[in-house]
Amino acid sequence: MTRKGKRLVLIGGALAALALAVGLVLFALRDNIVFFYTPSELAQKQLAPGARLRIGGLVKEGAVTRGDGRNVAFVVTDRTSDLRVAYTGLLPDLFREGQGVVVDGTLAPDGVFRADSVLAKHDERYMPRDVADALKKQGVWKGDGTEAKQ
Amino acid sequence: MIVETGHFALVLALALAIAQAILPFAGARLRDASLMSVARPTALAQFGLVALAYGALTYAHVVSDFSLVNVIENSHSLKPMVYKVSGVWGNHEGSMLLWVLVLSFFGALTAVFSGAMPDRLRADTLAVQGLIGAAFVAFILFTSNPFARVADPPWQGRDLNPILQDPGLAIHPPLLYLGYVGFSIVFSFAAAALIGGRIDAAWARFVRPWTLAAWIFLTLGIAMGSYWAYYTLGWGGFWFWDPVENASLMPWLAGTALLHSAAVMEKREALKVWTIFLSILAFSLSLLGTFLVRSGVLTSVHAFASDPARGVFILAILTVFIGGALALFALRASALPTGGLFAPISREGALVVNNLLLTVCCATVVIGTLYPLALEALTGEKISVGAPFFDTVLIPIALPLIFSMPIGQLLAWKRGDLLGALQRLRAAFAAGVVAIAIFAALHGAPFLSVICAGLAIYLVVGAFSDIAMRAAPRGAPLRSIVSRARGLPLSAWGASIAHAGVGLTLLGLAATGWGVEQIVAMKPGVAYDVGPYRIAIEDVASRAGPNYAETYAVMAVREGDATLARMEPAKRFYQARRMARTEAGIVTLGLGQVYAALGEQHEDGTIDARLYYKPLVLLIWLGAVVMALGGACSLADRRLRIGVAARARVTTHAQAAE
Repeated sequence: MTRKGKRLVLIGGALAALALAVGLVLFALRDNIVFFYTPSELAQKQLAPGARLRIGGLVKEGAVTRGDGRNVAFVVTDRTSDLRVAYTGLLPDLFREGQGVVVDGTLAPDGVFRADSVLAKHDERYMPRDVADALKKQGVWKGDGTEAKQ
Repeated sequence: MIVETGHFALVLALALAIAQAILPFAGARLRDASLMSVARPTALAQFGLVALAYGALTYAHVVSDFSLVNVIENSHSLKPMVYKVSGVWGNHEGSMLLWVLVLSFFGALTAVFSGAMPDRLRADTLAVQGLIGAAFVAFILFTSNPFARVADPPWQGRDLNPILQDPGLAIHPPLLYLGYVGFSIVFSFAAAALIGGRIDAAWARFVRPWTLAAWIFLTLGIAMGSYWAYYTLGWGGFWFWDPVENASLMPWLAGTALLHSAAVMEKREALKVWTIFLSILAFSLSLLGTFLVRSGVLTSVHAFASDPARGVFILAILTVFIGGALALFALRASALPTGGLFAPISREGALVVNNLLLTVCCATVVIGTLYPLALEALTGEKISVGAPFFDTVLIPIALPLIFSMPIGQLLAWKRGDLLGALQRLRAAFAAGVVAIAIFAALHGAPFLSVICAGLAIYLVVGAFSDIAMRAAPRGAPLRSIVSRARGLPLSAWGASIAHAGVGLTLLGLAATGWGVEQIVAMKPGVAYDVGPYRIAIEDVASRAGPNYAETYAVMAVREGDATLARMEPAKRFYQARRMARTEAGIVTLGLGQVYAALGEQHEDGTIDARLYYKPLVLLIWLGAVVMALGGACSLADRRLRIGVAARARVTTHAQAAE
């Protein structure tokens, strides 16, 4: 093979790999990303039911009800809007009223969010950043990251 | 006093690092041997000083000196000793100090083992290493001082985050940092080569052992982190595509590509510029990872605390080093002597395919990790990019890469024989097809698992085809096979073993498709089916640990009527932080595991539990250990030890004489 031919094969191979990657990334970004909203953002968006979403907020006090089996219903709030959530399964260790959670799932036509996973973060000082931002905006933010400093 | 000594040592280390960055560099420009000779002693002294600082902080943690903010926030007098020692790096300041310790450790190692290197290359390399050290020591001193005191010390500390109080903390971060930061040496070598404008096969031989060493540690560190997450988070997952995990995967992918391209450069003097680029890329991605984890851009268990000043400082370091290195690359790369071209069907060609696919994998991981950050910064939309994205993108790229691995091993340098290579892989193809048939009959769906398992078996068998052909040509007697196998270069064994390790990991990943997951409300005494086993709670009780209280269940794992093993999944409550933590119960049966995590306990005595049966799951991590073993084998190859070769020959003679 000539020098030119070898170089062409190399460049062609690189371009093919690149094209493959770009194609895959664009395809995957169209279908496989999940948007994150706070309950009030969700209320403004008026989304069609069925889309996969991630909602972050606080577990509203006094609104956790345990049904039969492992069914749990609770309300995620950012103190402006509330969202009813239904979940079947085990709740994480740090799931508590007033704590920050992130729920993954889909919005059902009846307006209830069907979660298939509930995350409560590992550190009790932790709050989903977006929720913290939302709370700060509304002026009801209580703690902040520097509380540990003396 | 000890603490102040440590603090002072760190300040001295900064001064020395600055000297190490300037003097040898100036010496190399002025061709002044005495200036260049400053590099080695400063690198050694810098390591000594950082080690002293690190020792001082460890001392403060061990004796629970609650006059230090760092100790107050992360320690507790009742905390077990192992977590007092490893808790030093279980927080932002301490982990940055460990980072710098590892950085200066590699600098010192280079100073010791660079006897055979040209003076100017050594001086420039250590100067760049010194510059990196200076930047990060300054970062610690100015934004994250671990030695800060408080005016009136409290009686008790706040304890370490319970999730970190685990043997994994003692192992995972040091290994990961040895890998992550180990690439700094390779980066310094690349920068030195660009500054000096000289690059040849000898350069590749200097760089390869460091790349290999960093790669081995990074492989082990990632595997350890993954296993830790698996047993500690209580949902049985081992990889969450969390940006922090991706941060360690990106340099690994770039480093793996670098290992292979350095081989081409060493043997054939080709791909020089590309190898330099990958050397820069690997450490740049390590820096990017450090930025993502330490700046507070991300919220995760790894981001101990966030402070905007830190983020800006690290971003500045990141910009200077990555930008500087890439600018240097752009200016000087065209001046480097270009390597030769080669035929597409050859070992070199196969390694180029490997490099293309690995860098493409790396690029997609970078995109998947940074895209949410970029989108949020630009539009305010918050998205999460998780497993579905990475599965969709990486599987189609990884499978051809894995398929081509044994083929590449069988192609000769310069001009390979593709048909011949495929013919010599007959055994591997046959093994793969048989494996597909067996797995399909045993488990059936999912399809992807069956295909991947077959591919894994093909890879393991194919990885050793080359060795087998060379050790056992047709009709060779048994004794000659053994002596031939021992005579093969260790690097050939290393490549085969590492490739087989990839195969084992792939088999473990494929087998996740055949696992069983159950969430049940368990009544004590009743046995529940999980895969081929039955699990029953025999007892539920409470006990107190050193700094926690726990409720645990004794679960029997049965097969038929026989009880195979017992496990004790627990829920722990740590008083100091008022935090709960789930302790999974795990029983290893063969290469598979039965895994149980407790949920809530109800008033009627039932306990919610997640029960998993995970066949072959241990292979995921054992494969990584085998990969690291292969790397160690390559590292032991005499070819890589320039200057040591002569001495090694003398020892062989001495052994023969015994």
